[in-house]
Amino acid sequence: MMILIIYIVIFALAFFVVRYGVKKLVHSAEDFTSLKTVTFGDESAVRPDRWASVISVITIFLLWGAFTGSKWAPVHAPGPFVGDTVLTYTLEDAEGNRDDAQVMVRVFSHGENPPAPEVEPGDGFARNDAVLISAGRSKTIIFDKNDDAKRKDGARLVAIDGKPIGPDTVVNVEAGRVALTDKGAISLTPPQGLQMEPIWLPPPETVVERFWEVSKEGYQNFTLWEHLFWSLFRVIVGFALGAAVGIPLGYAMGLSNWFRGWFDPIVEFMRPVPPLALIPLVIIWAGIGESGKIILLFLAALWIMTIAARAGVSGVNISKVHAAYSLGASKWQLMRHVIVPNSLPEIFTGARVAMGVCWGTVVAAELVAAEKGAGMMIMVASRFQLTDIVIMGIILIGIIGYGIDILMRMAERYLVPWKGRS
Amino acid sequence: MSTLSIENISMRFELPGGGHVQALEGINLEIKSGELMSVLGPSGCGKTTLLNIIAGFLAPTEGQMTLNDHLITAPDAERGMVFQQGALFEWMSVRENVSFGPRMRGQREREWAETVDHLLDIVGLGDFKEKSVFELSGGMQQRVALARCLANDPDVILMDEPLGALDALTREKMQGLVLKLWKETGKTIILITHSVEEALLLGERLLVLAPRPGRIHREYKLPFADMGVGQDLREVKKDPEFSEKREEILSMIWDMEEEIMGRSEEAGA
Repeated sequence: MMILIIYIVIFALAFFVVRYGVKKLVHSAEDFTSLKTVTFGDESAVRPDRWASVISVITIFLLWGAFTGSKWAPVHAPGPFVGDTVLTYTLEDAEGNRDDAQVMVRVFSHGENPPAPEVEPGDGFARNDAVLISAGRSKTIIFDKNDDAKRKDGARLVAIDGKPIGPDTVVNVEAGRVALTDKGAISLTPPQGLQMEPIWLPPPETVVERFWEVSKEGYQNFTLWEHLFWSLFRVIVGFALGAAVGIPLGYAMGLSNWFRGWFDPIVEFMRPVPPLALIPLVIIWAGIGESGKIILLFLAALWIMTIAARAGVSGVNISKVHAAYSLGASKWQLMRHVIVPNSLPEIFTGARVAMGVCWGTVVAAELVAAEKGAGMMIMVASRFQLTDIVIMGIILIGIIGYGIDILMRMAERYLVPWKGRS
Repeated sequence: MSTLSIENISMRFELPGGGHVQALEGINLEIKSGELMSVLGPSGCGKTTLLNIIAGFLAPTEGQMTLNDHLITAPDAERGMVFQQGALFEWMSVRENVSFGPRMRGQREREWAETVDHLLDIVGLGDFKEKSVFELSGGMQQRVALARCLANDPDVILMDEPLGALDALTREKMQGLVLKLWKETGKTIILITHSVEEALLLGERLLVLAPRPGRIHREYKLPFADMGVGQDLREVKKDPEFSEKREEILSMIWDMEEEIMGRSEEAGA
């Protein structure tokens, strides 16, 4: 909640600073585009502001760093309390006599090994104690180990720092939050701060360190690059097979009534079935090895490519077909020079979608069962609570998925420059 | 001499829900080689259907057509067609589009290069040969379409509202170009149009079709196409006979439209 509010504040602040500060200085004149009314479908009226994109990415890393105590972040959210503090408890023995004693609390950072604070036992039937607590953790304090009046003799705790406490009450004192356990011992939680623990969210530098480590030494018998390579390899082989079958099938469906009738029910039925739903069946049939993954990705790409090719053929402007015929083209020439090139934009759109779906499917399939691959890597890491590897894996999966889409778009611009311009 | 003869053509479309539309009925025409004929008529009179039948895209329900004494049954390179829009191949350059016909016949580049480059010069696209067609303006695209049709050296050129999507100024220039090409190549041209002015300017013969069923309503022989060759077409339009014919044909088409609509009051809009 807190993070969301900070995020919104940064968003608004950045907007006003860039809008009324930076842009006024960089180029004062507003261009005509900025005066255009935003209308749906008029894409050119809204273009991504590069400033906003850059600030957005920086903000995410900044928040990540600030709330995980990163060395890279200039500001930090308050972390868990570290240092010495003291707690006074009031013990009441079976006869109703009361005595105070102190607990010296030393909270140390994770990984350190400090000595316990030294205390004088003090006088009275309640004696002073000393405890060590790791930062961010809570601790049960068996306060009466050294006391003369013990809980099993009928003594009980009545107050902390003068504030009365009972089995169901929680008191907040300087040393932290104090509650009583079922058996009447003190449960102390020193101030936790707002930072995330590395086990939930490691700071960015840990993830980067882990990245270097895994890329050099590997994880689960394979190097990082092998994991990623196998995931990509499966996607490319699966997609290539799906396209190799799907495109001719789509053409046949677009050109022949018989093919259309025969395959329409199959394609229309299989299209809405998410590839993930096929994973169990594919595992039963083909196991968790390469063939199973490739069959799954083949099926994921097949229907998308079939439908794209079919749409590409059906979408040909009848004038083009007539023109080709009246210029003396034969059926095969029409196919080769008109139908096929005309369907390329549709096929590229399909290929982009199919590659995205395949990439998502391969990661999911590897999460379920695999010997190697990006999905398998993060799944195994999560079982060992290696959050840094999980986050590294997610980031790499995202980058690769984005990279695939950019490559497909570049290929599209190069190979079918007429897309959307006829 | 190449003569296109159309004998008693009728075309009937069966509708999916039963019933039918009689698009054309009993069309008889004789078009001599080198004639430039424009076809005019209210919407729905079967102009495009007639053109598609001559091109061989549609088979008539009755009647037959012959070109140079052989029967027309399918599309063929002897009957080229220029479409209103969208019939160019975007994946080819201007030059590849224009050379499409010769290339499909298996000609090598040295066989077609001269004709194609010459035609591109005539239509004023000599500097745009290697451009992609989607980079050109609408008027330039129609020039490519004209050149592409001519490169195939057809006996008859069928034009289906080739200038319909162009702005007024470009259209006027293109009308001049059509006349010029007609005179230089001596091709037989059948041109369908919505514009009465264009039909008058570009037709040696002008055919007015009447709707439902589509049939020949009236035929004119006109001097304006010959007058317009190499002339400013605006001068031709100033001719009193031109205005007289234009009014006559306009009111003829109005009457037909009114008949279709079944109402006469709102027709003046």
